[in-house]
Amino acid sequence: MTAYIPFIPAIPLLSSLIIILFGRILSKKIVAFLGVGSVSLSAIITIIAGINFISSTPENGSYTVTVWNWLTTGGFSANIAFSVDALSLIFCFVITFVGALIHLYSVEFMDHDEGFARFFAYMNLFVSSMLILVLADNLLLMYLGWEGVGLCSYLLIGFWYKEPENGYAARKAFIVTRVGDTAMIIGLFLLFINLGTLNINELMQQASLKWAVSSPLAILSAALLLGGALGKSAQLPLQTWLPDAMAGPSPVSALIHAATMVTAGVYLIARTHVLFALAPAVQAAVAVIGAATLIIAGFSALTQHDFKRVLAYSTISQIGYMFLALGVGAWSAAVFHFMIHAFFKALLFLGAGAVIHLLHHEHDMFKMGGLWKKLPIIFITFLIGSASLAALPLISAGFYSKDAILWFAWSSTNGSKWLWLAAYFGAFITSIYTFRMIFVTFFGEAKTEPTHKPGKLMTIPLVVLAIISLIGGFIELPENFGHFQIFSRFLSTTLPSVQLAGESHNELLFQILSAIASLLGIYLAYLLYFKKSSFAESFSNSQLANFFYKGWQFDWLYDKVFVKPLVWLSEINKNDFVDKIYTAIAKATEFLNSLLSRTQQGRLRWYVMVLTAGVVIILTFMLNL
Amino acid sequence: MILLYLIIILMAGGVLAWLLGKRSAISSRIISLAAVSIDLILIIIAILQNGIPDDKKWIFEYSVSWIPKLGISLHLAMDGLSLLMLFLTFFLGLIAILISWKEIQKSVGFFHFNILWILSGIIGVFLSMDLFLFYFFWEVMLIPMYFLISIWGHENRIYASYKFFIFTQASGLLMFLAILGLYLAHGNATGYYTFDYQQLLGTTYNPTIEMLLMCGFLIAFIVKLPVVPFHNWLPDAHTEAPTAGSLILAGLMLKTGAYGLLRFVVPLFPHASQIFAPFGMILGVIGILYGAKLAFSQTDLKRLVAYTSVSHMGFVILGVYAFNELAYQGVVMQMIAHGISTGALFVLVGQLYERIHTRDINKMGGLWEQVPIMGTMGLVFAMASLGLPGLGNFIAEFLTLVGTFKANILMASLASVGLIAATIYSLRIVQKVFLGKKDNDYKMKDLSIREMVAMGSLVVAIIFIGLYPQPVINTAKPALMKTLNAKQEYYQSQKVDDSVILNNRTCSPDTRKLNK
Repeated sequence: MTAYIPFIPAIPLLSSLIIILFGRILSKKIVAFLGVGSVSLSAIITIIAGINFISSTPENGSYTVTVWNWLTTGGFSANIAFSVDALSLIFCFVITFVGALIHLYSVEFMDHDEGFARFFAYMNLFVSSMLILVLADNLLLMYLGWEGVGLCSYLLIGFWYKEPENGYAARKAFIVTRVGDTAMIIGLFLLFINLGTLNINELMQQASLKWAVSSPLAILSAALLLGGALGKSAQLPLQTWLPDAMAGPSPVSALIHAATMVTAGVYLIARTHVLFALAPAVQAAVAVIGAATLIIAGFSALTQHDFKRVLAYSTISQIGYMFLALGVGAWSAAVFHFMIHAFFKALLFLGAGAVIHLLHHEHDMFKMGGLWKKLPIIFITFLIGSASLAALPLISAGFYSKDAILWFAWSSTNGSKWLWLAAYFGAFITSIYTFRMIFVTFFGEAKTEPTHKPGKLMTIPLVVLAIISLIGGFIELPENFGHFQIFSRFLSTTLPSVQLAGESHNELLFQILSAIASLLGIYLAYLLYFKKSSFAESFSNSQLANFFYKGWQFDWLYDKVFVKPLVWLSEINKNDFVDKIYTAIAKATEFLNSLLSRTQQGRLRWYVMVLTAGVVIILTFMLNL
Repeated sequence: MILLYLIIILMAGGVLAWLLGKRSAISSRIISLAAVSIDLILIIIAILQNGIPDDKKWIFEYSVSWIPKLGISLHLAMDGLSLLMLFLTFFLGLIAILISWKEIQKSVGFFHFNILWILSGIIGVFLSMDLFLFYFFWEVMLIPMYFLISIWGHENRIYASYKFFIFTQASGLLMFLAILGLYLAHGNATGYYTFDYQQLLGTTYNPTIEMLLMCGFLIAFIVKLPVVPFHNWLPDAHTEAPTAGSLILAGLMLKTGAYGLLRFVVPLFPHASQIFAPFGMILGVIGILYGAKLAFSQTDLKRLVAYTSVSHMGFVILGVYAFNELAYQGVVMQMIAHGISTGALFVLVGQLYERIHTRDINKMGGLWEQVPIMGTMGLVFAMASLGLPGLGNFIAEFLTLVGTFKANILMASLASVGLIAATIYSLRIVQKVFLGKKDNDYKMKDLSIREMVAMGSLVVAIIFIGLYPQPVINTAKPALMKTLNAKQEYYQSQKVDDSVILNNRTCSPDTRKLNK
């Protein structure tokens, strides 16, 4: 009955292999059919699996399908096996459903690109790796998916490989995330050596049995896994790769760098939440890192000119919210925000991609303007996505998901007023930069004319995503809104519910406060960028704005601290000084040879003299004896 | 008997190829291909008939007295470890012949004679269970390789071939002295003078003698492996050798060093190995990081790949001195995976050189457009080199590191940094060769069918062992347990399991109290 689960990742993988092997002899139509069809088929299977799961939920909340034994040796064993539970089903659903829409959009978006087949091969491979990541029943297989998505991200950021800058951005993404991944694999060693398995369920059981709360090993292993999560999810201090990753085609940004791969860190922490609960210090660090990242990235988003870079910083910031939620133990709120964010951020990236596509690859927002009349569908859908991002009260899905995080940041046992304040301030900034985007690109005078209208393949995904970005929030309403919470009830078989601290505060008060932040932000953006107050102009020329624009100079810092020294290190000793030692030995031997060869020069006089001297020396010694 | 046939077929094939090569080049190519194929088929049939016993017996054994007065015999034997190495040898041997089809046009007969004799020397090394015979084969693989580099190599071939010869020969002589010392030590202790490996196992010595003898063997093997600071012959030899030579050097000859550590150093000198272990691990870590650093600095693509070998072989010595099953399985997997992946990279460099006549990566760039198939292959093996899961190298590095972690947490963590370094140099290869702007006017053809067969089979092999390594693990297991047991018998009494300490420490009641 469950034997079909492996097909969810296998179908896109197969399609990717077919395109890699035969891409150059297949027609464009067939490639598009394979690319879109395979992901759609996976989505359908996921939905079937979800319906089956809800209608007959297994007793312990999950079931596993083993395909084959990967390796077994010396007490270590790992299977190629997929584990299905509420958490992995939600991730699978988002990956395949949003993935299918983005693939569909790409058929039109990439239509004139010479790398059409290559694009779909990589995208399918990505979807497959991402599905393996979330379905894996052990951490080693998860690591396979984890590195697989990293590879695809690298390939797709550098998709237009003829530009060296794209290659640079791609390598930066791979190497920075690999730093985190290395921490993660050391964490895997630590977990296996001490708990004897990498199977996630067993691991969590063993950890809670063997390790006390705050025991050093629990803290260390949680911290190492967190390292992996920070890299993949672009959180402080490993966030620098994501803005540059925008070098890839827009559908790639939508799928990989907004909806799915960058949330792998959120998935990892949610998946190993038992371990993080055993390490309260690390969990607190997750919250603090999330809060710090969301503010830092929010400020950077405020000053960007490149349409996609605004969205990139916004993604970093929104994932910061998810980390904050994880850090305060609001597991299902984090997953809920992941899902809603995937919908509206994919929508925003696709919308931005469409605008850029139709405007001769113009990325600078300040060279756009007045587009609402010319591209109405894109405008309306983009507006809906923005409303969700800015958490416009009541009507947008983003309001419900973000409000939950704000509320738990205050009220959970691990929450605090400082975390809440950071998140609250972040929400305010979010709504400013979001509507700055709207006012600058879609209003004001038109500076660039779009070449044509978007076709159906591009508008359908936009409309579908816009609809869910509106209504998606209603599946999880706050307690005082009628207590309709199917989402967290569905997740409750996998993730524990959040622990609230002491007496409950008035939730409604917090909702009103959030609403004020959102509306105030929009109003401020209206004043600054629609009414064009002179403050906006002078601010954007200030030193401070430049500091934010450059992403708080992290790149500069890393360049000085890591890149420059490493390059220097590679420059010196290029020819391997060890070789000099051997050359010296050879030289010394040659020198000795030249000395000795002087004794063999064939002059009789010299020989007689040496002979006589020898006899004299020997005789002297003998006489002394 | 079959083991002897395997060697004789290759040697005879070599002579035949040389004789025929004077009349027609193609016939000597075909003869060589046939000789290696016959060996491969023979061993497959024999294994299918015989099966692989999972106890510690030999799968095949052949022994006749050779020089009875000195206790020298013609003793060949094969277990799982040698079997895996034989498969690797025949597989890479076939590819070496295939890829030389166009590249080698000068004295084709003598070339194939050398190839086949190197291969026969290598399988002799993997099969000899008599130390005198072992040394004989050790020399057999050296001399034809010297010719291979010095006759068919690139510009600086004479220098490289001398360097290769002197390094290997000097270290080999030390091993020969150690073999004689071992022979005498065992003879003096028991009154029974023999070179037979089985008899010599379990010799008891005075610790200083044991240490000295071990060093003799060790130096020969770590020069071959190579371990920093004895690696300097390798970049030159690999760079200057013809493609087939580089493939055999990297894919097979380095593995004889690893094999020697597992087969001889650890079981024959358990006590001295235990003392040397921390130094061995440190050398491993240095090798991993230093090799990676130098790989990153190179502009000669072939030299770059050569230095990645130095880095990857660091994992081998690291794992050997971790003394546990996980690490040993990792070492064997690394021998095979590195043989395939680095071999493939050398083949790729050779194919590039045939087309554009340069190895300088600054003169390449943007080649993907013209040769996408080649680019894909390059990408696959660059990923193998950086340890992407799903490919064989990942299994190797994971098992080695997890085993090392069990033995020494610090060394394993430092070695893991090598994974980041490998990412940096591997991506540099892809970028510099295939991606970026094309500012050259090379007209290149993509891989021919013959080249695709060679590269394709390497790709299939590396993916297969990455996703289904269990057959390799099962085959190697009895042989590895033999090595580990020989080791354990010595230090069982003193053995302290690190992981137990760690567990005890964390679970001990007083720490719990502290935590609360």
